[in-house]
Amino acid sequence: MKMNGARILLESLKREGVDLVFGYPGGTVINLYDELMNVREIRHILPRHEQGGTHAADGYARATGKVGVAIATSGPGATNTITGIATAYMDSIPMVIITGQVPTPLIGNDAFQEVDIIGITRPITKHSFLIRHAKDIPTIVRKAFYIARSGRPGPVLIDFPKDVQISQAEFKWPETIEIRGYKPNLEGHQKQVEKAVEMLLAARRPVMYVGGGVILANAATELTELARTLQFPVTTTLMGLGAFPESDPLALKMLGMHGAYAANMAMTHSDLILAVGARFDDRVTGKIATFAPHAKIIHIDVDPTSIRKNVRVDLPIVGDTRDVLVKMIDCLKGLTEKVAAQHSAMEAWHEDISGWKAKHPISYKQSSSIIKPQYVIQKLRELSEEDAIMATDVGQHQMWVAQFFEFNQPRTLLTSGGLGTMGFGIPSAMGAQAAYPKRQVICVCGDGGVQMNMQELATMVQHRLPVKIVVLNNNFLGMVRQWQELFFDKRYSQTCLELPMDFAKIAEAYGAKGLKADKPSEVEQVIKEGFAHDGPVIMEFKIAREEKVLPMVPAGASLNEMVLNA
Amino acid sequence: MQHTISVVVENEFGVLARVAGLFSGRGFNIDSLSVAPTSDESLSRITIVTRGDDAVLEQITKQLNKLVDVIKVLDFSEDNAIERELALIKVSAEDESRAEVLRIVDIFRAKIIDVTPKSYTIEATGAPAKINAILDLLRPLGLKELVRTGAVAIGRGAKGWKG
Repeated sequence: MKMNGARILLESLKREGVDLVFGYPGGTVINLYDELMNVREIRHILPRHEQGGTHAADGYARATGKVGVAIATSGPGATNTITGIATAYMDSIPMVIITGQVPTPLIGNDAFQEVDIIGITRPITKHSFLIRHAKDIPTIVRKAFYIARSGRPGPVLIDFPKDVQISQAEFKWPETIEIRGYKPNLEGHQKQVEKAVEMLLAARRPVMYVGGGVILANAATELTELARTLQFPVTTTLMGLGAFPESDPLALKMLGMHGAYAANMAMTHSDLILAVGARFDDRVTGKIATFAPHAKIIHIDVDPTSIRKNVRVDLPIVGDTRDVLVKMIDCLKGLTEKVAAQHSAMEAWHEDISGWKAKHPISYKQSSSIIKPQYVIQKLRELSEEDAIMATDVGQHQMWVAQFFEFNQPRTLLTSGGLGTMGFGIPSAMGAQAAYPKRQVICVCGDGGVQMNMQELATMVQHRLPVKIVVLNNNFLGMVRQWQELFFDKRYSQTCLELPMDFAKIAEAYGAKGLKADKPSEVEQVIKEGFAHDGPVIMEFKIAREEKVLPMVPAGASLNEMVLNA
Repeated sequence: MQHTISVVVENEFGVLARVAGLFSGRGFNIDSLSVAPTSDESLSRITIVTRGDDAVLEQITKQLNKLVDVIKVLDFSEDNAIERELALIKVSAEDESRAEVLRIVDIFRAKIIDVTPKSYTIEATGAPAKINAILDLLRPLGLKELVRTGAVAIGRGAKGWKG
């Protein structure tokens, strides 16, 4: 059956199982939006800014594991998606972004609202396509989704000129697709797995170092099983939080710049690191030269470029982390005696770790007169549902969430780890809430980041997305202020947000609920009231202004050189 | 260390930008680059001469392989491949230096492809080192203009990489 290009694209999205898109109309997507009115199976959420829409698609993808879809018009609509695309790219989030483009004959003529969005986004997309003929749309859409979700996932952009949206073609869905230059290596090499298992069983001071790759590969169950079988301590990166239950005695919690003392000490003293779906980012390793000096490193990752990029690796295994973990578990099944022998050989190591945990647990000094941000996070955990989804913005509050909100399930933390995008929290929470209308979705922000993308409150109210937004207000851009305090002689250059804002009133103006607390005694009541409200809420907490995120490994220092009290 | 990498890619617009962008974005060097379609018109072959230690070379190869439009990456070393480059050289040739230029051209089995009373234009082919050598000899005579194609390379032996 012949149909126009716009309809072919929407039919193709349906074939990919898309039932929700976040998009913003405009001149070069007006035909697409016109056809959208005829396609009932696809729900559309209109954000108030294309950046918000892109982060929402990202949050949807992080929470569900499905490919998030965002639509924007050409020119400024397309450029507004860039931060969202880069955020998804850095954290390997599967996403397809569809941008309108000026009609094909005008491309290159500096037409109204024309921008070379494929060129602009080339370094921050996994791949991109310019549609030239309507008949190519189904194949392009199928390829785009396949590339976005397979291997190491990532965002894929489809640029869709206006004339192609109008032109007619036959809709033919390809049963199979073949991309000769793209064959992700998913199966871990059996021999390498066996060698790895040998190394695992020979270790006396092992650590499992777990990243977001485990969550992306839906391998949290397998990872947890392997760790418990081997009785190996587990530390997670920021992106890995939720891959292993932090309530488990084997959990060391997060490592790195603001990681737990025990986690960083364990890495420094270990004789074997099993890295799973993690990429040895500079926020994790500290000074490379002194990173884990005694450890052999086994590195499992689906992306070969992650291996040996930052650190030497003794045994690489390229493959889907789930596939490799399953093979390891199978391999260990025949070796129960050796596993038991190793358990007793690791007693001293477990004692060391308990000692480190007891010496410097993640902690803070409580106050009866002023609200401590860490206390708010602890209360949020205590009063929230077990499977609540937590989105954060970027900065101090993000680290306090990572340290004090115990993550026990995968896909319950939505945070911009790689790019560190302020303004990510609110829209990503919105995307997750749209995916799971019944689940509790919380978003913790600072008073800086909340003002980037707070326009999405309108979207939440309109679409009845009851996100619980928590603003930890210290009237500072807190993380930069902390660095200025510690490393720049307290010269607070442009980090004080002098104007006192009433965030509760802003919420009310959008038709959401606004609550606030100034004293520790009010915290619990505000959270209870906010959680009980059937709609979006801003809960504002006036917190201790100069509270710092500790411990801290200063930039360029070794992991064991932590500032514990400052 | 200098390396010659041959990259077989989809013969589509934008692919060269992806490859070149990867080098600039990740801070890899490009000493020379040449690109043209292969016998299979759906494919192009890019030859890049680059520099770096083993770790950098490993990253370059892996990152290239990661690009969706890259079909094959061949990392050539001196003993498993033959490299050739073509240079067009415009050199001053007056009075006694005219004969000297001709002698050099003869020794290097190069060709004169354009003549004026004051100059010769030479076509020289060979391994990049040979091109450097002829240039070293011609430079004192007055090099007016130089255009090099950059190296292309092909593996030794009977086995070919189709395309």
